[in-house]
Amino acid sequence: MVETDICIIGAGPVGLFAVFEAGLLKMRCHVVDVLPQIGGQLSEIYPKKPIYDIPGFPEVKAQELVENLRRQIVPFKPTFTLGEKVNSLEKKEGGSFILTTSDETEIHSKVVVIAGGLGCFEPRKPELENLENFEGKGVVYMVKDPETFRNKKLVIAGGGDSALDWTIYLAELAENVTLIHRNESFRGTPDSAEKVAELASSGKINLLLNSNLQAVHGNGVVRSVSYIDKEKKVREIDADYLIPLFGLSPKLGPMAGWGLNLDKNAIQVNTLDYATNIEGIFAIGDINTYPGKLKLILCGFHEAALMAQSAFKFVYPQQKLSFKYTTVNGINAF
Amino acid sequence: MISFQVEDISGIVKTVEVPEGISLSLMEVLKASDYSILATCGGMALCATCHVEVKKGEENLSKPNDIELDMIDTLPNADSRSRLACQIRIEECLQDALFSIKDGHQTD
Repeated sequence: MVETDICIIGAGPVGLFAVFEAGLLKMRCHVVDVLPQIGGQLSEIYPKKPIYDIPGFPEVKAQELVENLRRQIVPFKPTFTLGEKVNSLEKKEGGSFILTTSDETEIHSKVVVIAGGLGCFEPRKPELENLENFEGKGVVYMVKDPETFRNKKLVIAGGGDSALDWTIYLAELAENVTLIHRNESFRGTPDSAEKVAELASSGKINLLLNSNLQAVHGNGVVRSVSYIDKEKKVREIDADYLIPLFGLSPKLGPMAGWGLNLDKNAIQVNTLDYATNIEGIFAIGDINTYPGKLKLILCGFHEAALMAQSAFKFVYPQQKLSFKYTTVNGINAF
Repeated sequence: MISFQVEDISGIVKTVEVPEGISLSLMEVLKASDYSILATCGGMALCATCHVEVKKGEENLSKPNDIELDMIDTLPNADSRSRLACQIRIEECLQDALFSIKDGHQTD
């Protein structure tokens, strides 16, 4: 069990800055994110894009902002659980919380701060009959450990860079790899598309273009995958794993069932301290809503500062909070 | 006024009217009209969450550029009528078109 003062759900820019604001008030944070890297939408969707409305930065690339925030919070030694989704949240007697992730990691904290952005990034799933029955039994949406696929028969589906790059990588490990794509050609990075074409022409992978997945088959675990080929005939191939790689899309996810007041997939908060209707749980950044809300990073930064002032009373109920400026007191690293 | 029809994720079709000369994308208009359409990247053709199907009037729209086509290609449920709403400008050529929102989120 991870013990901490504040568990922050979401390692995007606002979640990261919340670590800083909490750290100034000597509160320790543990940050959880479903993505395997910090940075949220910035690192996942638009790392190279310039942002123009961060105060003090006429122009900053998204990934640079993430790196700056990472450096800014180093003094406060945050800990991270990445690549895992918070599935459940339980409020204990006494007011503290236990959060459990998709990989059974447990986090015990006095305060929960939801900085979930637009929601939990979840894989886009093709519409196949029975697909969900095989999740975890041969259907996987993310390659966490490539060694899992050594000497296995793989079917990878998708047309973007992710599908191309994993086909190239896993072709070296797997017994065989079949890549299925509905179009005639790939639109991903030209180098990757060329490498895949080379692997196909040398027989190292089986490339099925103008083809669409149809169904997954097996007895408890994946045994084969059927597809519709370019001549519109149904064909079947043996498979140990089906890996659909169709990108990520944000969904509110398990938070929808935690008893929080919601308005159109955003969490309602008050504007005194961005607290939700559940005592000890705050929501900051794009995930929250209130009259006049603007979904800007700078707004999330402000919300983090006010939230931390209020979170203090849950972490140090016996202490009085006195407001201090960093110019006067500096940063007292942990 | 430019008027076109929008089918939401539950299948209900309504007419949307937008003044001419407005410099917005279809995604921005749909968001402003409270449709449950996602726009994770804010309109940069980087996420494909504003996926719409052009059920009528596709021939009148300007063609998608490579960046848009690259993103559409990553979707599991795209077809030849798929477009990203953030890449369609509100112009006269949208008159009488019918757009169907493909990947909106379920609202509570």
